[in-house]
Amino acid sequence: MPYLSLTEEEKKSMLGEIGVRSFDELIKDIPVSLRDPKILLSPSLSEPEVQDLISKLGRKNTTTRDALSFLGAGSYEHFIPAAAIEIVGRQEFMTAYTPYQPEASQGTLQAIYEYQSLMTELTGLDVSNASHYDGATSLAEAALVALKHTDRLKLLVARSLHPHYRETIRTYLAGTPYKVEELGFDVKGNFNREELTAKLDASVAGVIFQTPNFFGNVEDLEGISEQLHANGSLMILTANPLSLGLFKSPGEWGADIAAGEGQPLGLSMEFGGPYLGYFVTTQALMRRIPGRLAGLTEDADGKRAFCLTLQAREQHIRRERASSNICSNQALCALAACAYMTLLGKKGIREIAEINWDRANYLRQKISKLKNFEVDSGSIIFNEFRVKSKKPFARIEEKLMAQGIFPGVALELFYPELKDQFLVCATETKSKEALDRFVEALAKC
Amino acid sequence: MLISLDDRLSFEKSKPGRRAVSLPKGRFSDGDSLRSIPKGLLRQTSIGFPELSEPDIVRHFINLSRKNFSVDTHFYPLGSCTMKYNPKVNEWAARQEKFTALHPLQSDATVQGMLQILWELEEGLKEISGMDRFTLQPAAGAHGELTGMMLVRAYHAAHGGPTRTKVLVPDSSHGTNPASAALFGYHVVEIKSNSHGCVDLEDLKQHLDEHVACLMLTNPNTLGLFEKNILEITKLVHQHGGLLYYDGANLNPLLGIARPGDMGFDIIHINLHKTFSTPHGGGGPGAGPVGVKKHLIPFLPGPLVEQTKKGYAWASHSSQSIGRVKLFHGNVGVMIRAYAYLKTLGKEGLRKVSEAAILNANYMKEMLKDTFRVATQGPCMHEFVLSLKSFAAQGVHAGDVGKRLLDFGFHAPTVHFPLVVPEALMIEPTETEARETLDLFIEAMKEIAREIVTDPEKVKTAPHTLPVRRPNDVLAARKPILSYRDQVREKVLLAEAAA
Repeated sequence: MPYLSLTEEEKKSMLGEIGVRSFDELIKDIPVSLRDPKILLSPSLSEPEVQDLISKLGRKNTTTRDALSFLGAGSYEHFIPAAAIEIVGRQEFMTAYTPYQPEASQGTLQAIYEYQSLMTELTGLDVSNASHYDGATSLAEAALVALKHTDRLKLLVARSLHPHYRETIRTYLAGTPYKVEELGFDVKGNFNREELTAKLDASVAGVIFQTPNFFGNVEDLEGISEQLHANGSLMILTANPLSLGLFKSPGEWGADIAAGEGQPLGLSMEFGGPYLGYFVTTQALMRRIPGRLAGLTEDADGKRAFCLTLQAREQHIRRERASSNICSNQALCALAACAYMTLLGKKGIREIAEINWDRANYLRQKISKLKNFEVDSGSIIFNEFRVKSKKPFARIEEKLMAQGIFPGVALELFYPELKDQFLVCATETKSKEALDRFVEALAKC
Repeated sequence: MLISLDDRLSFEKSKPGRRAVSLPKGRFSDGDSLRSIPKGLLRQTSIGFPELSEPDIVRHFINLSRKNFSVDTHFYPLGSCTMKYNPKVNEWAARQEKFTALHPLQSDATVQGMLQILWELEEGLKEISGMDRFTLQPAAGAHGELTGMMLVRAYHAAHGGPTRTKVLVPDSSHGTNPASAALFGYHVVEIKSNSHGCVDLEDLKQHLDEHVACLMLTNPNTLGLFEKNILEITKLVHQHGGLLYYDGANLNPLLGIARPGDMGFDIIHINLHKTFSTPHGGGGPGAGPVGVKKHLIPFLPGPLVEQTKKGYAWASHSSQSIGRVKLFHGNVGVMIRAYAYLKTLGKEGLRKVSEAAILNANYMKEMLKDTFRVATQGPCMHEFVLSLKSFAAQGVHAGDVGKRLLDFGFHAPTVHFPLVVPEALMIEPTETEARETLDLFIEAMKEIAREIVTDPEKVKTAPHTLPVRRPNDVLAARKPILSYRDQVREKVLLAEAAA
């Protein structure tokens, strides 16, 4: 074992110094009937063998780089600056623990503080936590915050919210007194305003919207926060953080909580994780925030210092009365997002949003001219949109896959009524040639 | 000067006009088509991100990294956190583009290597823990506990019978245990520890009735003791119709030695970021796969990976499944690291890890027991707890000793936990540390004990060699400044007050 330091001689001598004759004396509390279980595992591999195995398994995958991919739906292919990769790779960040000892963790703490600062700038809200597991769980926690804060029992969730997020929220609330109701979407895929007005009663704690929504449409949320607040309900918004370089922020829409997925901020797709749940809210809800917060303070000598703060909300202090049970979060992913946003800077965040908008709009324009496919050119989109195929999508997918193209995510998987419709995503990673190649391939279907 | 004195935030280093990343200039759609977006949907406020060049930013972050203790730079004997070495081949594996560039919704046929890793990791976890199936979705230990509580609830609901409202946790348990149970409205009941530091069987019996949903237990417990009555405990809870949940935070000393599944546990989580050597990342990401016995498999979150004739595939949810607890498939990057570790360990490495972890802990305990009071009797497992109550006369607390250790180049042990020991200092050396490191730490502890007598102030005001000393957390909580925005706002307020 390459990671163990004790030699056989040292082991023997340490047993003697401990004052036992054999190792078994140290584990005498373990009932004999439990000891030495039969375990079926393959034999230990050397490092070259491990590398070889990993490479072999890797070759059994066809990645989004091997193919030409237009998959989105909650996980996005983006360029990651090399400097961001190097920063996150620093083992002083990676192999540190939670910064409970602030003197030994000023690096992590300042980075979290800067992450929180960047997220408040991006979302236009007041207070960001240090990260949550992912978009789905962060939204589920936002739902719990709304239910507890308003002391009401019902949550309205737009059906145009990512299906995995909706399912996670349902899982979190199952078996509790809380109820979830859904808001349908119209023919364009935008949430249904009349239904909202009809369902918004005194039992509604909060309403969850997504923009751009799961179908890629940027939602018009004009007047929504006023309507909700007049009813005593909270507005919870999940937005693709990269889209906020161009489109209205949760703060501008009057949202009380912005919670969602931070993967587009410099995290690779990695088959679904680790990602980054962001959670940003107003001053009024500050003390209900789940998870860690880094704060600015002074040290004993009056110097600027950072520490974890408002810990009285957390499980290690408050146990069964904690506001959330979260302990480990996604700190390193927050660092990645922090480095990414810093590298983009004030101008870059707008530019990258524009480029995404440009690529997706160009592609939609081109596809709108194909006879076997329909798109809604009137919807405002960010970097993905819905396409309706006149032929069975399964056949089209099969055909394109054979040419090394992943055409998009079939919507029927999540919405049985949206037969032969699929979600297409184009980010800054796509060249004009790549987009044209896709359109040509579709034209032949 | 090894560490830069520049403690400004990136925001404070910003200068208008500086740029780091360069992005493509060309636009493909018509030049003015951005104007087609209704103004009401466009962002009106500016985004106050800093403006810096790439070299500025890289230096900024690298200097921050140097203000951290980490496993790669320091001994980190943090009890119950298992800060073992994070093997670099694991990092190498997780960074391969063949995994990082996989989209989670790709078709099964295109991700056979990936699915094989998830399948084989699950098989390994099953063997090591003695459980029958795992979900890999939970992102962390506490998320695993949450999943576990959902499974408990779903199981009891499906089996009818009396309403089970109570979850039992020992008073030495991790804070996440009662927090996870309470999140679902369970009434949390603390079970006392006996004079040896283990579950008090009499107290347990008093609380056992038909309303008990579950007992959550860490074994070895947070005092570093194996619950020697474990078979009786699990039998008693089962006799009353309750389930047993195993908090896997302390699994490290049991690899190849004993299995939670054989002890009678029904549900278990494993912290891959502890026992399976994946990095803690300054607080995450971790992974907390949840394993169950056969009778609970139908309730697991889906989808699960299955091995079929055509290869590996995602199977659909069972109708009794509690549903998804996370987006997509969990923290896959963490799982790839754990898989590489499992392959390196192999059958023969398992037991060696746990033996060395136990040996290192007992050696340290033995070397320190004449200077400090050990909270327990007899041998320990992978960690042990000292009580520094006797230093109260000098006004020195466990936390102070932790801070002073930083000056000696050691991360502090876990302090003031478990709550059942006054002035607790919880030490877990892990198996990856060399004897010389342990000896240096022991020497430092003895030196600090001498200082407490000769110069207690030095300990009470430590650390003396780090960039900051004792950040004022009372001030931080009283007047929270949680972002650069808050700082700017604060400045404006101060200026107004002065005017």
